[in-house]
Amino acid sequence: MLLEVDQVAKSFGTDPAKVQVLQGVSLRLAAGETVALTGESGSGKSTLLHLCAGLDRPDQGQIRIDGADIGAQSDSGRAGMRRNAIGIVFQQFNLIPSLDVAANLAFQARMAGRLDAARIATLADRLGLADLLHRYPDQLSGGQQQRVAIGRALAGAPALILADEPTGNLDEATGAAVMDLMLDLVADAGAGLLMVTHSEKLAARMDRRLHLSSGRVA
Amino acid sequence: MRRAVLQALLSHWRRHKLQGLSLFLGLAIATALWSGVQAINAQARASYDDAARVLGQNRLERLVPPPDAVISEQTYVVLRRGGWRVSPVLSGMWQGDVRVLGIDPSTLPMGSAPAQIGQGLPIQDFITPPGLGYAAPETIALLKDTPGLPPLTPVPDLAPGLVMVDIGIAQGLLGREGQISYLLVDPVQPLVQAPLGDLAPDLTRQAPDAGNDLARLTDSFHLNLTAFGFLSFAVGLFIVHGAIGLAFEQRRPLFRTLRALGVPLRDLITMLLAEIVLLTLVAAGAGMVLGYLIAAWLLPDVAATLSGLYGAAVSGELALRPQWWGAGFAMAFAGVALASGQSLWRLARLPVLAPAQPRAWLRASVRSLRWQGLVAILLALAGIGLAWRAEGLIAGFAMLAALLLAAALLLPVLLAALLALAERLGDRAMLRWFWADTRQQLPGLSLALMALLLALAANVGVTTMVSSFRQTFTGWLDQRLASELYVTAADEAQGAALRDWLAPRADAVLPIWDVTAQAAGRPVAVYGVADHATYRDHWPLLDATSDVWDRLAMGDALLVNEQLARRAGLSVGDPLSVAGLPAPLTIAGVYSDYGNPLGQVIVSVDTLVTHFPDVPKLRHGIRIAPDRADDLRRAMQDELGLSPDQITDQAAIKAFSLGVFEQTFAVTGALGVLTLGVAGFAILTAQLTLAAMRLPQLAPVWGVGVTRRHLAGLELLRAVLLTALTMIFALPVGLLLAWVLLKIVNVAAFGWELPMGLFPRDWLLLGGIALLAGGAAAAWPAWRLARLQPARLLGVFAHER
Amino acid sequence: MSVRGILILLLTLWPAWGHTQGFAGLGTGQEGFALPVEGTALQFPEDHGAHPAFRIEWWYLTANLTDASGRDLGVQWTLFRSAIAPETRPGWQDPQLWLAHAAVTTPDTHHVAERMGRGGVGQAGVRAAPFAAWIDDWEMRGAPGQGLQDLTLKATGEDFAYALRLKADAPLVLQGRDGYSQKSPEGQASYYYSQPHYTVTGTLTLPDGDVTVTGTAWLDREWSSQPLSADQAGWDWISLHLDDGAKLMGFQLRDTGGGAYTSGTWIGADGTVAPFGDGALRMTPLDRAQVAGRDMPVGWRVELPERDLDLTLRAVNENAWMDTLFPYWEGPVRIGGSHSGRGYLEMTGYE
Repeated sequence: MLLEVDQVAKSFGTDPAKVQVLQGVSLRLAAGETVALTGESGSGKSTLLHLCAGLDRPDQGQIRIDGADIGAQSDSGRAGMRRNAIGIVFQQFNLIPSLDVAANLAFQARMAGRLDAARIATLADRLGLADLLHRYPDQLSGGQQQRVAIGRALAGAPALILADEPTGNLDEATGAAVMDLMLDLVADAGAGLLMVTHSEKLAARMDRRLHLSSGRVA
Repeated sequence: MRRAVLQALLSHWRRHKLQGLSLFLGLAIATALWSGVQAINAQARASYDDAARVLGQNRLERLVPPPDAVISEQTYVVLRRGGWRVSPVLSGMWQGDVRVLGIDPSTLPMGSAPAQIGQGLPIQDFITPPGLGYAAPETIALLKDTPGLPPLTPVPDLAPGLVMVDIGIAQGLLGREGQISYLLVDPVQPLVQAPLGDLAPDLTRQAPDAGNDLARLTDSFHLNLTAFGFLSFAVGLFIVHGAIGLAFEQRRPLFRTLRALGVPLRDLITMLLAEIVLLTLVAAGAGMVLGYLIAAWLLPDVAATLSGLYGAAVSGELALRPQWWGAGFAMAFAGVALASGQSLWRLARLPVLAPAQPRAWLRASVRSLRWQGLVAILLALAGIGLAWRAEGLIAGFAMLAALLLAAALLLPVLLAALLALAERLGDRAMLRWFWADTRQQLPGLSLALMALLLALAANVGVTTMVSSFRQTFTGWLDQRLASELYVTAADEAQGAALRDWLAPRADAVLPIWDVTAQAAGRPVAVYGVADHATYRDHWPLLDATSDVWDRLAMGDALLVNEQLARRAGLSVGDPLSVAGLPAPLTIAGVYSDYGNPLGQVIVSVDTLVTHFPDVPKLRHGIRIAPDRADDLRRAMQDELGLSPDQITDQAAIKAFSLGVFEQTFAVTGALGVLTLGVAGFAILTAQLTLAAMRLPQLAPVWGVGVTRRHLAGLELLRAVLLTALTMIFALPVGLLLAWVLLKIVNVAAFGWELPMGLFPRDWLLLGGIALLAGGAAAAWPAWRLARLQPARLLGVFAHER
Repeated sequence: MSVRGILILLLTLWPAWGHTQGFAGLGTGQEGFALPVEGTALQFPEDHGAHPAFRIEWWYLTANLTDASGRDLGVQWTLFRSAIAPETRPGWQDPQLWLAHAAVTTPDTHHVAERMGRGGVGQAGVRAAPFAAWIDDWEMRGAPGQGLQDLTLKATGEDFAYALRLKADAPLVLQGRDGYSQKSPEGQASYYYSQPHYTVTGTLTLPDGDVTVTGTAWLDREWSSQPLSADQAGWDWISLHLDDGAKLMGFQLRDTGGGAYTSGTWIGADGTVAPFGDGALRMTPLDRAQVAGRDMPVGWRVELPERDLDLTLRAVNENAWMDTLFPYWEGPVRIGGSHSGRGYLEMTGYE
């Protein structure tokens, strides 16, 4: 199993103002499987995604990626898993502003030590970025930036892609186009995908959907 | 992974070249000024040490003759034949500015001359006329083609301006056949020897110079330089702090992204450290080279100053010393650590998911301002505490540092308060926006403004000190140089003839005769003065009894200079014993004696001649109506056969003295200008950096219909306004600095106090320069703003986050 | 460096001292200096004084002494003159330079002092009559009208001093052929005379107190301008007082090829003087010792077959090392073998 989430709980703040964000959430995601994570604002979707990325640790329960408990790792260990096993696509793109498109695309693959120029060239081609390789992020439109971010996440051939409302910052038409590309590419790469979205239409295109409500799987 | 990350981090500088440049230049200039000053100081100290080491001055005992006497060769032979292992030395000035040192290689104690002397050269060449001289390479370069000197061989360790020859050759060069200045006492003496008192009762045994007098005397000068160097370094550090802080804040989203993409925190910090070290190495390296150039440029002035003020010879050629490189880099790293420590600390504690808000850095938090104000007040209190109990140079400078830092920290607090007040008073929307916007910019500019404040205050302080000094000094010169002509007789016979000849022709002939004697445990010059209106009317007394001149003329009182009074703790009414005078005399007055490091005593000329009958009676001041001075000078030359260089007129002496004085502060002036330049640069870079980040603030104003030209004008106005406010604040700080320099540092260093003058014209000039610098620094960003593509402003709306 | 450099300058370029090592080869090229001429009769007291026209000259005295407890002691007093030009000039420009060594040797200790000085100012010099030779407070002074027959001698160092009275009842001995002493087969020569007949009384001041001494002494006077030939590396020199009253001066000049040129003078107990030429004397090292890092022959077999002499010499103190600017070995020896007695040994040129 690629991703196993077992009875995870997470809260923020301390007692009187304590907010229980997740309670007893469990989830299985097999290699190549796509799962949509839906729910109201504040239902804990993003928190769950962050926990899966090792950006934060669960209070209770376990999250295993390829069998390794990500919550039990040190900062360096979790960073290593993110580098090697996970590709993340943010709502805010989070490109490196001082690097051009080519360098941004190659960045995570280089960090993982899996730089494959041919793969990146193909990705750039399919993402329609071939003519933009020497531009800088601030010279790109939002849709272009998100395509770079998707390319960056996939370039290192990770087993798991985590996406946090990747089209949330894009208009509908652009968002749909970007999403098509992304789903195609994830499918071609055979990666697992866990995607937070509030779009029913998007969720419907995934293998499965998991609906969170008030921190629980509904 | 590391290469990719380092590349991502460094690529920031490629996209923010100006920021990189300001960091680089800030650090380079800070290192340059600091290390340049250090290089100068090290060079000077090495020169003093060379001088002190000459002939084991710092190590060997000597036998010295009574003041103004010499040792005869006969006495030398008597001592040697009495079993005393002593070695003769003749020291004298050749043609005014070359110190000739004659030694006897056959008796010179082990290790008292530089190693290279006597290597591979035939002894007969050394002792047989014309002989052979040893001198430092730069001395040889200076003396090249000077006829009359023996051939010279370079020896690097010799003090500048010194030529070492055989004693026989020295006697010939100096025209002092048969004379010896002093005898070096070999540390190894035989088991049996005749008592020194029987052999040479006139000679006294003098202990080696434990400390280095020159070093002590010149300490204050070097401390002044060091203080200035440090100030420049501090100004540079403000730039570095600003640039590094900004670079960290701007890259916070990047740091977050990197961590999200799988860079462990520890690696990130390590690589940021590597980046800083790399930048520091490059910038500090460049700074060291620049510092060397600054030092090489300033050193001739410094050397001139030191020789003018103290007679200390300093080599005008700079030697690169390894410790200087080490210290320079250490200083640069310490400075960068200080500037970047806070940023790194914050990063280390930052959670991965913390919101990345670069602008937070620019937001003035009331709390931090309050803290800053509190620290400033504490520092000021510490400074005042030091002033209360300050003693000595170090305390004086520590106090200066505390006060300056307090003032710098207080500046943003004061400016923020002023701007808030203005905002409240303004009623027009545009004006209110201007004030509010200025206040919002303050945090980004405050480091640069603090640097400017320090530079301006230092300049105000130093110009005030120098001008006060100059004012007092010229006044004092007018008093001291009251005689119209000064004449020096070649020998006693000519002196007597001169006095007889002048008696009917001049209004008065005032003897300027002196001997060296001991008083209050230190060597002093004892002068004899005639009872004459010249002194009664002009002599610059700081404190005196009412009948001072009558008592002096009667021979039962004396005057001391301020230096002697301060060092020996003497005041009017105290008795003072002078070796050679039969009884202690009462101090009837204390007079100012600027620029003289030594103690001085004045008695009546009769007292001097009675008790020191051998006093050379050669120098005289001549009072005469100024319009007759030229005729008299010509008559002295024609009728008495005096050479022109025996007669000096008042104007020439004054010009020379003022020249020495101007030299003294030429270096300080140059450093002041450099510091101001650095501060101007700090403002420029701060403005440029802010300009790029300010589009989101400007776009809405532009959007509501204010033209870009208008906006640019406001930017310029803001810069000038802030500079002006800083200048106004710098003025009292600078005056405080001057006060400390004159009343505390100067007394501790030189032994005299100076009245402080106020020189508003200097301030206006400085203020003008500062406004110009501030305006110029803002002009470029403003010009860019005026010509900004509207699309970029529109982009702000499109990308509003 | 230091002054040692100066001193080395002074002396390396100071012309050769035949008496000290390392200067083989510097004996050549004596422009302007006078040379010894065979057949020149020595004139006294004039020749007791300095000969500035010659390059080098010395007044060299060694004394074998005993104290009240019978302890063997030795004293050396040497004044060297070295000229950088064959003339005198007043004051510091005088080309006559002076160097002196003094030493006291006991069986356990060896005290050395060295002095240098310049001639023209009066710090050092020699006067023929009444005789006086001095540098600083060291001096050898003759009683008026007595030539060298009645001397007082004194010197001081950092840890010793001595004051001796020397009297001779026999005439001077002219070495070589009437004072012309040949130093090599090629003909290098010096003027050389001695007074080997002194009896000595006086006081040594040593770190542990004054010691009253008596004994015998030997004075050598020699001057030349080219004492060594180019291939001579050093020498071994002896002056011996035999208990039967006879005395022997002998030396071998070792050449760089391993051979030696020997010469000397036999002085019979009756005062007869018989110089002998190259080959008559044989000097063979017996014992060797490490002295100042060198391998020195501190025991010798000395044979002079024509006088039935077969002596063994043993150093009173093996460490009689003169640690001076030009170091060498000089110290008292005890004599055994065919005759008994005491004497002095000097060795130079051992590396």
